[in-house]
Amino acid sequence: MELTKDEEKSLNGEHGEALQTAYRILSATGEATDAEKLVPIHWAHVSGVNYNTIGDAGEEFLATISKNAKFKVRTTVNPMGYDKDSVEKFGLDENFIQKQESIRESYKKMGVTPSFSCIPYEIYDMPQEATQVAFAETNAAIYANSVGKLKTNKESAFSALASAITGKSPYSDLRKDDSPTMSISMKISDPNELTFGLLGYFAGKVADKSVAISGVKNLDKRCNKSLCASMGTSGTCGKFVLDDNSNASEKVDFDEKEMQKVYDELNTTESGDLITLGSPQLGLEEMNDLASMLKGRAFKKRCLIFCPRTIQEQARHMGYAGQLESAGCELMSDCCTCLTPLVTKKDADSVTTNSIKGAYYLKNSNGLDVNLKPLSEIVRDETS
Amino acid sequence: MTLKTIVKGKVTGKVLKSSQPINFLGSVDKKTGEITDKKHALFGKKIADSILVFPNGIGSSVGAYTIYSLKSNNSAPAAMACQKADLTVASGCALANIPLFILSPDEYDSMKDGDEISLG
Repeated sequence: MELTKDEEKSLNGEHGEALQTAYRILSATGEATDAEKLVPIHWAHVSGVNYNTIGDAGEEFLATISKNAKFKVRTTVNPMGYDKDSVEKFGLDENFIQKQESIRESYKKMGVTPSFSCIPYEIYDMPQEATQVAFAETNAAIYANSVGKLKTNKESAFSALASAITGKSPYSDLRKDDSPTMSISMKISDPNELTFGLLGYFAGKVADKSVAISGVKNLDKRCNKSLCASMGTSGTCGKFVLDDNSNASEKVDFDEKEMQKVYDELNTTESGDLITLGSPQLGLEEMNDLASMLKGRAFKKRCLIFCPRTIQEQARHMGYAGQLESAGCELMSDCCTCLTPLVTKKDADSVTTNSIKGAYYLKNSNGLDVNLKPLSEIVRDETS
Repeated sequence: MTLKTIVKGKVTGKVLKSSQPINFLGSVDKKTGEITDKKHALFGKKIADSILVFPNGIGSSVGAYTIYSLKSNNSAPAAMACQKADLTVASGCALANIPLFILSPDEYDSMKDGDEISLG
């Protein structure tokens, strides 16, 4: 990758340690993805905020780099480990809270927009098409490329952080207009958001950088989010296009048999001890929709709902939050189902959710059994 | 031949080869370096001090922090070698200073689990 003279100086440490670290990261990611240069980006979305995932080493790294680094472009951040309004209900230890607050402080020092959300595309106005951005958080990167028509690599936590500090990112394949070389034919009729989650997980496994999907007309927001999140979980694929006439050289079918295979890989039980909704976090439309579905009903089990703080505030003004709480839901902001420290083996053996991404991490990182169901069935089976 | 060096370094060690890609966040214990995903080909194995040979990284962007944490906890591989490098593995290795190589298809195929090899 070619660097300008100024970028070269930064890499050699002439502009301080923080910029040197950032350029070291960008050089490695640029080389790895055969980028020829760095390009300016206009928005960075950074992951690596939850103490549960980044641990002591991550907390210390952020404390160190934040002494000298300042974000050069607008930078939003992923969810952290808890909602401070309800943290006392969950019995997290002092050390966790202290380290999480240190992480929050480090990001604040660097000039973050404190979004604590994995759905930046739903809570901020999207820039115009083809704007270069740098999104870590895989669901957000895939959504930005595929639905928002922006340009981003499927950034890592460190590459997005480096982009936030330098205002630049490698000009890798996903930023160009290459057509997908793989096309998946959707053969499932009457699909719901779980079907699209299963499709995304399959697509992530078989596709490389981008993928065409045929046989799908329009996707509502819930299905789009489900598809993006699960695709990001299982692979490296960073973009999809809905295209019935793709000239991709490789074509595969997503049929009942393939769908069942993915379901059997992730679903480990027929019933959950509690319900979690929101990986990715729920947006306002989904909160409204769920409130309508729950009219006159109440959950028979604990149901945790994760949404961004700004969405919870709007939902409160509009009455949806009250309706959801009347139906027994607990609303949580600034955190997410995915890699939550709030649902562990101490609290439950199993969880019911409609999120493939949530299921993957609840199973592998939290060690819980998972029952996967579409939202309509969760409401049907778990409320009265 | 090694196609490309992403993070420089000279290493000698024992190959731990995975037939499957690795999601570092979801399947590796950042303290011990043990593969915790029951469905993974390397389930129960420890990646510490190995030359970890695998197709590529997948999944969470936060896996880069897992790689960095492994190094801080002295549980990191001595080096990694992949078929293709994704941004998560490349940036994690860059920050943690773990040598990272992209292998040619022939070299990748010829490396066997348990081989003693030198890279870099």
